[in-house]
Order: sequence, then C-alpha cells, then structure tokens
Amino acid sequence: MVMGSIMKIQKETAEPANLSLASSGILSAQNVDVFYGDQQAINNVSFEIPENQITALIGPSGCGKSTILRCFNRMNDTIDICKVTGDIRFAGQNIYDPKVDVVALRARIGMVFQKANPFPKSIFENVAYGPRIHGLASSKDHLEEIVISSLKRAGLYKEVADRLQESGTGLSGGQQQRLCIARAIAVDPQVILMDEPCSSLDPIATAIIEELMESMKQNYTIVIVTHSMQQAARISQKTAFFHLGDLVEFGDTEAIFTNPIQTRTQNYISGRIG
Amino acid sequence: MEPPKTMELRRTGKLVKLQEQIIIIALMLCSLAAILVTVGIVASLAFEAFQFFQKIPVSEFLFGLEWSPQTAIRDDQVGASGKFGILPLLGGTLMISTIAMAVATPLGLYSAIYLSEYAKPRTRVWVKPMLELLAGIPTVVYGFFAALVVAPLIRSTGSGIGFEISSESALAAGLVMGIMLIPFISSLSDDVLCAVPKTMREASLGLGATRSETVKNVILPAANAGIIGSLLLAASRAIGETMIVVMAAGLSAKLTLNPLEAVTTMTVQIVTLLTGDQEFDSAKTLAAFAIALFLFVLTMILNVISLKIVDRYKTIYA
Amino acid sequence: MPDYTLTTSENLQRRHAAEARFRWIGRLAVLLSLGFLVLMFFSISTRGMGAFGQTHIQLEIHFDEAMLDPNKQRDPQQLARANYKPIVNQALFELFPEVQTRRAQRSLYRLLSSGAVFDLANMAGQNPDLVGSTQLLWLPASAEVDLFMKGKVDVSLEEKLRRLKNNEIAWINQLKVKRQIRKKFNTAFFTKGDSREPELSGILGAMIGSFLSLLVCFSIAFPVGVLTAVYLEEFAKKTRFTDLIEININNLAAVPSIVFGLLGLSIFLGVFHMPRSTPLVGGLVLALMTLPTIIIAARAALRSVPNTIREAALGLGASKVQTTFHHAVPLAMPGMLTGTILGMAGALGETAPLLMIGMVAFIVDVPQGITDVATSLPVQIFLWADSPEKGFVERTSAAIMVLLAFLVLMNLFAVFLRRKLEKQW
Repeated sequence: MVMGSIMKIQKETAEPANLSLASSGILSAQNVDVFYGDQQAINNVSFEIPENQITALIGPSGCGKSTILRCFNRMNDTIDICKVTGDIRFAGQNIYDPKVDVVALRARIGMVFQKANPFPKSIFENVAYGPRIHGLASSKDHLEEIVISSLKRAGLYKEVADRLQESGTGLSGGQQQRLCIARAIAVDPQVILMDEPCSSLDPIATAIIEELMESMKQNYTIVIVTHSMQQAARISQKTAFFHLGDLVEFGDTEAIFTNPIQTRTQNYISGRIG
Repeated sequence: MEPPKTMELRRTGKLVKLQEQIIIIALMLCSLAAILVTVGIVASLAFEAFQFFQKIPVSEFLFGLEWSPQTAIRDDQVGASGKFGILPLLGGTLMISTIAMAVATPLGLYSAIYLSEYAKPRTRVWVKPMLELLAGIPTVVYGFFAALVVAPLIRSTGSGIGFEISSESALAAGLVMGIMLIPFISSLSDDVLCAVPKTMREASLGLGATRSETVKNVILPAANAGIIGSLLLAASRAIGETMIVVMAAGLSAKLTLNPLEAVTTMTVQIVTLLTGDQEFDSAKTLAAFAIALFLFVLTMILNVISLKIVDRYKTIYA
Repeated sequence: MPDYTLTTSENLQRRHAAEARFRWIGRLAVLLSLGFLVLMFFSISTRGMGAFGQTHIQLEIHFDEAMLDPNKQRDPQQLARANYKPIVNQALFELFPEVQTRRAQRSLYRLLSSGAVFDLANMAGQNPDLVGSTQLLWLPASAEVDLFMKGKVDVSLEEKLRRLKNNEIAWINQLKVKRQIRKKFNTAFFTKGDSREPELSGILGAMIGSFLSLLVCFSIAFPVGVLTAVYLEEFAKKTRFTDLIEININNLAAVPSIVFGLLGLSIFLGVFHMPRSTPLVGGLVLALMTLPTIIIAARAALRSVPNTIREAALGLGASKVQTTFHHAVPLAMPGMLTGTILGMAGALGETAPLLMIGMVAFIVDVPQGITDVATSLPVQIFLWADSPEKGFVERTSAAIMVLLAFLVLMNLFAVFLRRKLEKQW
C-alpha cells in the first residue's frame, strides 16, 4: 500500500503537467483529524482549495480554522503534542508522505502570520533571507532583483526604496505585515497561507493589504484565516465556515453569505454565535 | 462625654500613620545595606591599597613585569626588596580564563541551543536540573577534581606524547574552570534564547528554513546582545574564581604563553599573601589589597557592561 | 509551468545533512557536559567510599588497676589522664608472644592508631568501673594498616619504599586469620574534629562550624534581604537613588567572593576587632555575599503576586503597609524562602572568603558557639586536599560527598517548598 502510494507520487512529480488541478484544487483535505494531546481540534474535515483564488476560513475563535491552516504547510510539526491524521494533498501529493521534504513543502507553501514578525535585520535582509537559504539567487545582482521585485509585488517598494538597509522592525505595523508578505513571495511559492494577517492593523492598513491580496491572486493561491466576516466577503471567492472543529459549510463566498444552507452558518453570519 | 466617632478614627489614624512612617524608614535603611556593602568594599580596599602605593609606586604595580613579594625580614638584608608588578599575575589570570571560556563557550552555548530548540520537553525536564546541579557544586570540589584527576591525566597524556607538563598547569585549572562555567553560560543563554519570540522561529520555519538555519540566521543574531552579556558575566566569574586556581594552578609568577606551564593568578596571590602568618602593615600583605582592588574594578567594569547589555536586550523583547 | 515538486533534491539533502550535523553537535555538547558531571561524581565517590569504613583491631585489654589507678580513687578525671600505652602494649605482646626485640615491639605498636589510647582513656573516664576488668575491644588501626586493608598499598614495591614493612604485613595477615582485624563503620569520621592523623580525623567540627556560620548568615541576610526587597518592590518610587541600589545589588551578585573575604578581614577584624577564625565573622561575610541573591529572589517573588490582591486590600481600606505585610509578603514567602535556601546552599559551599578571615586554621576542638574558633566543611576539604598524607585523599573525597549530600538536600527542599507552597496565579 505504502509503496504504491509513494510510487504514484513519484510518477506524478515526474509529470506535473498531467495533473488535472481544475477538478481537484491545488490543496485538498480528506477526512482530516487533528489532536492536541487528547484534545481533538479538528473533526473529519474535507474540502478543496482552488488554484489562483482566495479562500477564506472563518468561524468563531477556537473553532480550529488556524489549526487546519497550519496543517497545509505542516507548521503543526513544530508542536510536539500535535497529531494530524487523514489525507492532505498539495498538487495531488500527500504532504504527510515520508518522501515529502517539509523544507521543500514550506518553500512551495508560504505563510504570513497574525502578528507581523519581521526579523531584527534590515528590510533587504528580511526579504533576501528566503532566497538565500534556498539558494534561489545565482548572483548578488540576481538576489537584489528578487528582493526588489518581491517588495514591488507586496506594494512596499515605493515606501522603502531609499532605506532598504534600515531595520525592518522600524516600519509601521501595516508596512511590517507587507514586508512579511514580500518575504514570503521572495521564495516564489505557489500558495500563501495567511493567518489573520490584518487582525492587529488599522482599517487603512487593512485596506491596503486587501487590495494587495486582490492583485496577488493571479499569481498565487491564497488561503486566509480571518475573524472578520466582512473581510471574507470582500476579498474571497470561496469561504469555509468552521465551528468547534467541524467544517460546517464550504462553498462560493457569495452563496455562503447570502444563502447559507446550514443553520449554524446562518446563526454565525447573523451574529447569534461567535 | 464621648467624642464623635470620626474624631476617634482620625486620632488613631495619626498614630498608625506614624508607625507606618517608621516602618517605611526602617525598610529604606535596610535597602541602604546593599550600598553600604559596596562602599565598605571600596573603602577598605582603597584604604589599604593607598598605604601600599605609598611604599610601591602605582606605575611599578601596574606595569611591572616581575612579581616576587618577598620583602626583607631585616633591614640589612640584601636583594630582597620585593617586586610587585601585577602583569605576570594578570597574564596568568587571563590565560586560565581564556582556556576556561574556550571550553565553556561552545559547550554551554550548544547545550543551550540544543535544550531550547531541539530537546523534547521530557529531556529538558531532566537535563536542565542536572546542569544546574553542576552549577551548584562548590568550587573547592572542582579544585580537588582538578588537582586529583585532571592534572595527573593531562600530565600522563603529555608525557605519553613526549611533552613535559608540570603537575600544576594552566591547562588543568582552565579546563576545570571551563566545566564549572558550562552551566552558568548554558542557563543564561537558555533564558536569552527563550526570550526570542516564538513568532520569529515560525516566520523562519514557515519560509522553509531548517531548524539549524533558523538558529544560525535568525535566533542567534536576535539573541546576540543577550548572549554576549552572559559571556561577559561568565568571564568576570572566571577572572574572580579562586579555589580552582589555588588548588590547581600553582604559584610561579611568570609571563608565559605556554598553557602547559604552571602560572599564578591574582586570586591565588591574594590567598597566599593573606593566609598564614602576617603582619598587617608590610608591603606584602598590603599588596593583596592592591590586587583585590584591581580585581574588583576589573570585574565591576565587566559586570556593569554586561548588565547594561542584557538589560537593553530584555527591553527589546519585553 | 509552476514547480510542484515536494520530494527532496540534492541541495535539500545537503541542507538536511547540515541540520543533522548541527543537532548532533548540540547533543554532543549536552552529553559532554553531563559526562563531566558523571566523571566528577564517579571519581570522587569511588575514592571517598573507603573513608566510611575504618579498620579496627580486636585486642583483649586488661584495665590494670596497678597501672591506671594505683590510689584506687576511681576519679574519672584522673583516669582520663592516665597512661594507657603500657596496657595496650601488654595486650599486643600477648597476641604476638614471638615478638621479642624492642624495635619489633615498637613497630607492633604502630599497627594501632595513636588515637587508640585516647579511646581507652575516654572509656575509662566515663566508666571508672572498667578498671580491674578485662575487655575484648575493637581499637582503630593506624592509617597505614587501614590503607593496606583497603588494598591501597602497593606490596609489589620494594620494602624500603613502603611505609608498611613486611613484618607488619605478616602480623596483619595473622590477625586476619584469627579474625581479629576488620573494617567497621567509621563513626569517628562523623564524631570527631580535625586531626593530623588521617584515621583520627573527622568532620564534626567542620560541620558544626558550617552550621553556625550559616545560622549567623541566615539571621542577618534573610531579614535584611527581604525588607530591602519589600522596600524596592512595594514602596520605593523609581528615582536615581533606587536605580543606584538596583545597580549595586546586581553588581554585588557578581563580585568575586574573595573580595568579600578581604572586606571581612579589614572591616570586621581590622576595624571592629571581632574574634578571628570564628563562625560569627564567617557568617557575617557570607551574609553580605548572599544578600544580593536573596534580594533578587524576594523581589521576583513579590512581583509574582498579582496586583489584584493588593488592590483588593487597599480597596477595603487597608494602608499600604498593612497591604504589604498582611497580603503581599505572606503570599510571596514561599518564593522568598526558596531563593534564600538556594542562597544558603551557595554560602555553604563557599571557601575563598573564609580563608581570608582565618577560618583556615588547624582546629581540633568542636566549636561550641559562634565566637569559638572554627573551620567549615569546604575549608576542611581544602585543608585535607592540601595535606600530603595519603590517608587524607579518601577522607577529602568523603567530606566532599557529605557536603554534596547537604547541598542536594537543600536544593531538594527548595524544590519541594516551591512545589508545595507556591500558588499558581
């Protein structure tokens, strides 16, 4: 069984062009359970995330939306007591397969965190960090090119062009978060996971980042966890509603917000649970 | 006639207030103790050192290349005026401290990194107290260990490969002092590493860095100041350490760079000058206070710098 | 076409190898550090275990009235001062009748510790009725015999180079056959003071000296430390004065311990003329040294008491002083005590400053009070480690084992106290 699945992955990776992503989505979760010690945080969750779209994961706090997000690039590996079962696939490959290199996985699936967390280094070094460790730049000029284009894509370049050597921690909150997005982009991932990226930002900074996501979606698949339903409604094409570890409803954003099927979703959207 | 209740309250209130004032003043006096101790140290050292410098010029003490504190017992004795140059002592102290830091820094730092970044909680729970046990062992025990086990071991290995090593060597004292400093460095660095926010690790791991890349490129640079501070504190402790060197380093005051020779340190000389029979006013005993003053100032500079660095580091991630 | 590869590549393998190397270096550092701990414990305990046993020789001692108490007064003091050497000699000659020459007889007597006669004197002094009787007694053997019995004499060495001669070894072997020589638990080690003879030396004097010093240390450092912490944490406003105190405390915590010894020497001995070599001065010096540790621990403990409790008390109309001493201090007490015990443990192991104030003297008597001359356990270890006699090596190691046992007990007690009493806020 195991051998078979490994061989299948190898075959698929050899010919990625043969994958029919349109039907299955770039990321898929099948019957996923997550446990923290004895505590079950995610109950039998299955859904698929389409490529080059924005998918929002919403739900009240503690519902497991961040937990499932962190499964997609195996950040949960860093928590000793966390155990994930089920089948999570990226481009058809089971990411928990022993053959999968978690470092390679995280290079393909980047992450932006709730609190902006630039390294205490210069703006340039912050963005250059990923390309450096992965050996993506062939020369110094190439590295500079990557850094500048990443900053441009993150809509930050104009603001920091003249102070690339200054510390990244000196930027404003919104700028810091965009720096973190630039840092993630610099590794050239296919998917970017965002864990409540605007929760500590003011409305203006939030608007800028939302605009940025809108422009990023042609190149990247974005999965965003948000506690703000308005934000999900504004920016996402698909929405998944989580409650107490269950995936209650998943579908087109418009349908979820205008015509939810489940009563739990209705109650949440109308503000009766939260 | 009973006075109105409010009056009564006010009167006792005054009394209580007076009592409390007294208590607070008493508390303040207690807190002066810390200052008094420092003043006492400085005053006593400075007073005796001043007397010393009336007999021996400061320049001779600070820049003299020879140390032989034998003073003449009779006035007409020849050639026993005593040489009081601190440089050979400083040289010995620095050599042993350097050896100790060379042993303790990599071991302590890597232990701290392993414990804070790699070890499972169950391992950590066991290993940390064991290392703290190492820190709680009295230095006289380390000294005994150095003289009884390490020095003979070094000596026999040395003669095995054709080196003549004296039974008391800077290497033996330095090695054992290094062992003593390992837990000191590892626990201070562990605190410093743990203070680096978790989000920093996640950011790096999320970009696909391995753990060691995260440690080398993100955590260590972020913890830089704190680690330097703790290394300075460790160095200060090495310079002031007494028992290990008294028991394992020897008494020969010479300027040498060979760690296989016996050297002496400032603390060793203080002990030899002040134990046994002593007259209080001779240059010999007063010299001990001059060395101690030098030692106090040297370690205080290191301490204050490292405390400042650590303090500033703490406020960054507070 | 985007690259979806998740399997490892050559570049990644290289990075993972670096990762594994790094992890191994870390693991090695921890193992090496712990290895030193094990090596130290091992080398000290293998050497020290021997000291807990002491070779004794069984002799049939006749307490001869004519020799010990010719006036038949049975005066205990007289009996304690009498000369017991002849009756011991007599017992030895009876055991080895074949030994005739004076020289041989003298070396026969050397099988026993020179302290054996004092043991007999003590016995007779305490129990005058022994005079006239004959007793079968186990008396301590000399250090040389003790080392031989513990297998620490190299018999392959030429006789000239050994302190224990061939005829003495023959006697010991005879005694072995008669079962009149054996190792017993070394009670003297725990009940006697220092001595020039390894087999007669004990650590009681040093232990009492350490205990008295710690008593003085505690009774000064604890109240002063706690009150200072209370002032700084609860009352003082942040001014340049408190900043100064703060810097002072942190700096004092890192001042070399020997400097405190010099402070004690010139102030306590030089200015105040306190008695030299006493637990009083030793305790004072140790108190000054532990003060910063206690202050820092007590402040941390006070800081961990949540403000809500202070606010609750203040809200009920309690004054600041009442709030502090009725609520904050009692709640912080476990933390303060834990810190104090750890500070005391540090003071117990401290040696260098005590050398400066003369607690390094050779002292046979067990101190009775804080103004008696005394030494301390670590200083005793230092003195024994320095002495050339081979018999002291195992005693030094044994004394270290006792010291470490006390330290471990104090640490365990501190941990216990923290677990038992500390509230989790």
